[in-house]
Amino acid sequence: MSAVDWPDRLFETLKRADIRQVGYVPDAGHSRLIDRCRADPNIRDVVLTTEEEGVALAAGAWLGGERAALLMQSSGLGNCINMLSLARSCRFPLLMVITMRGEWEEFNPWQVPMGAIVDPVLKLCEAQVYRAQAPDEVAGAAERAVQHVFGDERIAAVILSQQLIGKKVWTK
Amino acid sequence: MAALLADRGDDLLVVPGLGSTTWDAAAAGPNDRDFYLWGAMGGAAMIGLGLALAQPNKRVAVITGDGEMLMGMGSLATIGIQRPANLAVIVFDNGVYGETGMQPSHTQSGVDLLNVAGACGIGTCLDVRDEAALADLAARLKGLRETLFARVLIEASDPPRVLPERDGAALKQRFRAAIGINP
Repeated sequence: MSAVDWPDRLFETLKRADIRQVGYVPDAGHSRLIDRCRADPNIRDVVLTTEEEGVALAAGAWLGGERAALLMQSSGLGNCINMLSLARSCRFPLLMVITMRGEWEEFNPWQVPMGAIVDPVLKLCEAQVYRAQAPDEVAGAAERAVQHVFGDERIAAVILSQQLIGKKVWTK
Repeated sequence: MAALLADRGDDLLVVPGLGSTTWDAAAAGPNDRDFYLWGAMGGAAMIGLGLALAQPNKRVAVITGDGEMLMGMGSLATIGIQRPANLAVIVFDNGVYGETGMQPSHTQSGVDLLNVAGACGIGTCLDVRDEAALADLAARLKGLRETLFARVLIEASDPPRVLPERDGAALKQRFRAAIGINP
């Protein structure tokens, strides 16, 4: 697998999982995946003003019998913390795909404080973590996260390391 | 609440917001097609959006308070872009935070949620100030054909509470079962 097509593998995983709603706050690391979702007539792409809206969106989708996914970067996780109580209290399945900032070759030091606490925050919020460091790890991590989330109505996060996304994205 | 939910029909799904609107919906019900919120402040409208998109052949009414809507005001922008034809967002605006001791909310000082909703692109925005306007809203809700926002001005009061089921997982399963979704 080439380094650049992991977003396509991720998209194919979401399609196989029958994801019908995708909430996102625009993010450079997710740009190709967002484009793929927007172009798919069977996926409703919902651009959000803040990531916590996506936690509630996914809950509503599940109440109505559809599967949703929430795309964000690591800073967005902090915006979600209280709303994650909705998923935890009601056992809503919640699939988050998170691109990392502040952990590798980061030019913006303001990204570091939230990036540094992503793992403990996810643990405290009872989310299972599936991390992909290399392109060929992405699809497998996503498949396992899908199984965890929809197999048992749980929360999981696929963490896409900043190393995977690459430095040059941020210098465009 | 009772006026809006009278003869509601099986195709109306209701998401009442945290606080008085959940107690009021429980008092008017209870109904398995209501997803009562004991938390998730600021999330009612977005739960309604996800539900409306997933169930396009049913009507979805988010019925929440001014404080809950203020916390999720960005979701009006998100809904303004999606505009599902089967979604109504109805805000009971009493200008106070009733659950925490009647402290004034922003709406009491001039913040106008009706104008916010209109500015976010929601085409039909109703200002409900009397019984006739409430009856009009109830009729529009029955024949819902486009995204609708309504602000219902109500008096601040603190009636005895009717509390619905509190187990979130049970509420979720009950709701899904009521609309025919297998576990």
